[in-house]
Amino acid sequence: MEYEPVIGLEVHVQLKTNTKMFTRAPYHYGAEPNTLTDPVVLGMPGTLPVMNRKAIEMTIQAGLLLGCKIPETCKWDRKNYFYPDMPKNYQISQFDQPICDGGEVEIEMLGPSRNVMGEHRNVKLTRIHLEEDVGKLTHFDSESLVDYNRAGTPLIEIVSEPDLYSPEEAFAYLTALRNCLVAAGISECDMEKGQMRCDANVSIRPKGTTELGTKVEIKNLNTISGVRNGIAYEIQRQTLAMENNQPIVQETRRWNADEGYTTSMRSKEMAHDYRYFPDPDLMPVKVSQDWLEQLAEDLPELPFDMQRRYMRDYDLPYTITSVLCPDAKLAAYFENALAVYEKPKQIANFITNDLLRELSAAGENGSLPLDQCKVRPEHVAELVQLIDKGDISSHIAKEVFPEMFSTGKGPSQIVDEKGLKQSTDTGELEATCQEIINNNPKPVAEYKAGKEPAINALKGQVMKMTRGKANPKIVDEILRKLLA
Amino acid sequence: MSDASNIDIDYVANLARLQLTPEEKQRFAGQLGDILEHFEKLKSIDVSNEEPMAHPFPVFNVLGADEASPTLSPEQALVNAPKQRDQQLVVPKVVDDA
Amino acid sequence: MSEDLYYKTATELRRLLENRTISAVELVQSAIARTKATDDKVRAYLDTNEDEAIELARASDERRANGKILGPLDGIPVSIKDLIVEKGKLARCSSRILENFVSPYDATAIVNLRNSGAIPWGRVNMDEFAMGSSTETSYFQKTANPWDLERIPGGSSGGSAACVAAGQTVLSLGSDTGGSIRQPAALCGVVGMKPTYGTVSRYGLIAFASSLDQIGPFSRCVEDSAMLLDAISGYDPLDSTSYSGDIPNCAQAIPEKKGPWKLGIPKEYFPDNLDPEIRTAVEAAVDNYRARGCEIIEVELPHTELAIPVYYIIATAEASSNLSRYDGIRYTHRSEESTDALDIYFKSRGEGFGEEVKRRICLGSFVLSSGYYDAYYLRAQKVRNLIRKDFQNAFKQVDALLTPTSPTPAFKFGERTEDPLTMYLSDIFTINVNLAGFPALSLPCGLTSGNLPIGLQVIGQPLKEDDLFAIAHSYEQANDYWKLRPTL
Repeated sequence: MEYEPVIGLEVHVQLKTNTKMFTRAPYHYGAEPNTLTDPVVLGMPGTLPVMNRKAIEMTIQAGLLLGCKIPETCKWDRKNYFYPDMPKNYQISQFDQPICDGGEVEIEMLGPSRNVMGEHRNVKLTRIHLEEDVGKLTHFDSESLVDYNRAGTPLIEIVSEPDLYSPEEAFAYLTALRNCLVAAGISECDMEKGQMRCDANVSIRPKGTTELGTKVEIKNLNTISGVRNGIAYEIQRQTLAMENNQPIVQETRRWNADEGYTTSMRSKEMAHDYRYFPDPDLMPVKVSQDWLEQLAEDLPELPFDMQRRYMRDYDLPYTITSVLCPDAKLAAYFENALAVYEKPKQIANFITNDLLRELSAAGENGSLPLDQCKVRPEHVAELVQLIDKGDISSHIAKEVFPEMFSTGKGPSQIVDEKGLKQSTDTGELEATCQEIINNNPKPVAEYKAGKEPAINALKGQVMKMTRGKANPKIVDEILRKLLA
Repeated sequence: MSDASNIDIDYVANLARLQLTPEEKQRFAGQLGDILEHFEKLKSIDVSNEEPMAHPFPVFNVLGADEASPTLSPEQALVNAPKQRDQQLVVPKVVDDA
Repeated sequence: MSEDLYYKTATELRRLLENRTISAVELVQSAIARTKATDDKVRAYLDTNEDEAIELARASDERRANGKILGPLDGIPVSIKDLIVEKGKLARCSSRILENFVSPYDATAIVNLRNSGAIPWGRVNMDEFAMGSSTETSYFQKTANPWDLERIPGGSSGGSAACVAAGQTVLSLGSDTGGSIRQPAALCGVVGMKPTYGTVSRYGLIAFASSLDQIGPFSRCVEDSAMLLDAISGYDPLDSTSYSGDIPNCAQAIPEKKGPWKLGIPKEYFPDNLDPEIRTAVEAAVDNYRARGCEIIEVELPHTELAIPVYYIIATAEASSNLSRYDGIRYTHRSEESTDALDIYFKSRGEGFGEEVKRRICLGSFVLSSGYYDAYYLRAQKVRNLIRKDFQNAFKQVDALLTPTSPTPAFKFGERTEDPLTMYLSDIFTINVNLAGFPALSLPCGLTSGNLPIGLQVIGQPLKEDDLFAIAHSYEQANDYWKLRPTL
């Protein structure tokens, strides 16, 4: 029998606020341990939570972006369980009235090749709710250390329906989700920094049936590849069990990325009794139509919508748009350049080839971030403009770009300083061409005998002699005139 | 609520992470049984049309601006800690089940 | 001279400070002396912080010399119930689990108190985590009722009531979740007041039951409580449940509001088994109001009896969650015996909490647990709504309600510890007010034949504390019960 996997994802995303969810202690990644706390973060006796307006707004925006329904009111509940990373031993979360209901995420499956767009599909969401993050534990042989810096940071949980059917789809879903949230400035979604974390619910069923099989929750899928590999492993494990007539137990399993397998954490019987109840310290949130409209104004274009627009309006090829559009910063860079000089193809080419290559070479740990790049969008536009004016050849432009990247100088300045401007003095050029004709009797004879490509050898010689500064079109004209 | 007076004291004490002596368990089970029996009174009333009341007064949208306020120093943060090292709280190794 | 100060009211002391008959330093020293002389019997204080109090008194005297006093309470000492945190001081909630806990921050009520010039002086005993009606559940000591040292002072703010009644301090801050200010005030013969929920910030009040807790004043006369409430109340952005609108200035309103008022008598508060001496005293108080021109109207609060289950479900559920943080991990008592993290929880909490707290945590965890939530917690929240509606309906006809504060006078130590249900049932006159979120006050209205104080409860309308104080004050003016003192 053939089996089909059904997957649902629970994705936690850290919001990019300045301060925590229920107190105004700041948060940023990488601070010294226990330097970003206050009495509220530490759950000191007597402390009380106060909501962060920005976090609520970002969550509503995430919901609007993903087509969720925003109910008129949402409320806060306490999820009670004991763990040393959680200062109060309850987490303030949302149980039955989340900020966002429903919604969907558009995903793109792998196409037949890199150059061809894959199939698109909308994956259904159950809800998005807002909660507070916990601290960080570091485990040693006999003890664990606790750092509460991260505790209390706003976290949204995006819960999908069981509407994903392969590890690749899960991967595509996470990628698409991340691109949307980054584009909207809601989160950096850096999995390495724990800004995006993922748990998966995986079950399998005989292909062609509609009833869901027994669900197993996989935790600790903390890298993008972990999500793909962990789910793939779990599907394989469950399929094997089915084939051997072994029951699949409803349980929570942990993905061990180093060893490449999942292990059981707890069974259904050991599931927590969280004793959710409305948090008496917090008042509900009412979302007015006005507030919604105001928040909707700040929403960005979704990456896939942008991609379709670029392909339609700018006639850009799929391969280029699939580099530009998922990266909100890169797309903004492109549009800024375009605002200066409207040559989308040429500009996009410089950005996706030259700029990305330089960035990747310059970074010590992965690529250099775009915001640290010295080349400004208007410089890229200017560079294309110089080619179009005939001031430099595209060949020269390729040499100018690395110089722009390393010095931050504008292309005109570099061309001037290095004397790279194309020669248009036909008198001098004619003399050079004549000299080449005189010194190369063989290709001259071949050309005259009707062998057209032989002229390229002569052109090459001229270009070499002028060190590339001559305009190849003009050289071609002069040579033909002299050889006529 | 009819079976309420048979409170599973072990289950509840485990939820609340409370170590109770056998005597305490026995005493609590009896006392809480009596109390829960008294609570049966609540059943006498029809509440199908009532909204649950979570707060004495309904107020909405008590929101703070996303502007950072002062933090505690690590020393202040850990001043009451039973055990600490390297600016962090020390606990015996935790079995990860969160 | 200082002996004369022990039983002066804050209103009187304010005048003595104003006309320089006494200095704040003298006032604090006299309170310290009185406490030294009497507290081995009363045992109200856990810590006295004497040096700091004298330091603050000195600063007050300096302000006064420079003509820069901060308010009517400048220089007047106020004792603090052990669950309102003060930066750098122990805040133990009378619990072993917080035995060594030093607060890194100040409660908003303390900040407000200091800004009024008043002197937070000493931390007073209470039932552990405010759970109890006798102050017997304190881990540290049993506080005695100054009127009869073999009897309890009431609770949970028993230390506050006892120290004011004993003349140790003129004012005290307590907290009231189900009567924890009003009941000990009644049993010790002083004034105690629970404000409208949201009037005084709960930031820095160690939570028992968040939707019920309020900080409030203790004093020897109504006007003093009004002044103290004025000093500590007001909107606080650190408490999301804090009321952001205008609240009345109570002390100022007292002389302005002269009645007569319409006063309601809820028949549910005068059951057949009510202690006859208490019935007589409260009925006499009602007659006194009638004699002064007030209209007395019998009203109904039909869901009164259901308040016991509703209260004990909601309060213990919230408490079970609020008290989870005391786990031996971050700042509380960590059991020496523990071997792993899970063990720390069980043993530290098992050793750190007293029996009543453990019992209530069990009850609260149970009513929230899977399969029981709807039958208990959700249902209790709905009935709570009915209880509030009872009050709203009654107040359509009246300005205030008059009731006994406690069904019995102070009882002997140990009398009720074996039977928690009986203890819970004795809260019947006070808990409804917390469930509804209304303000209420207890003031002395007589003594039993055994020389034990009886309290009259006046229940007011939300955010109309000015009326409540004026109504209570008018009774005080017409009677001398508040001037009675215990012999120590």
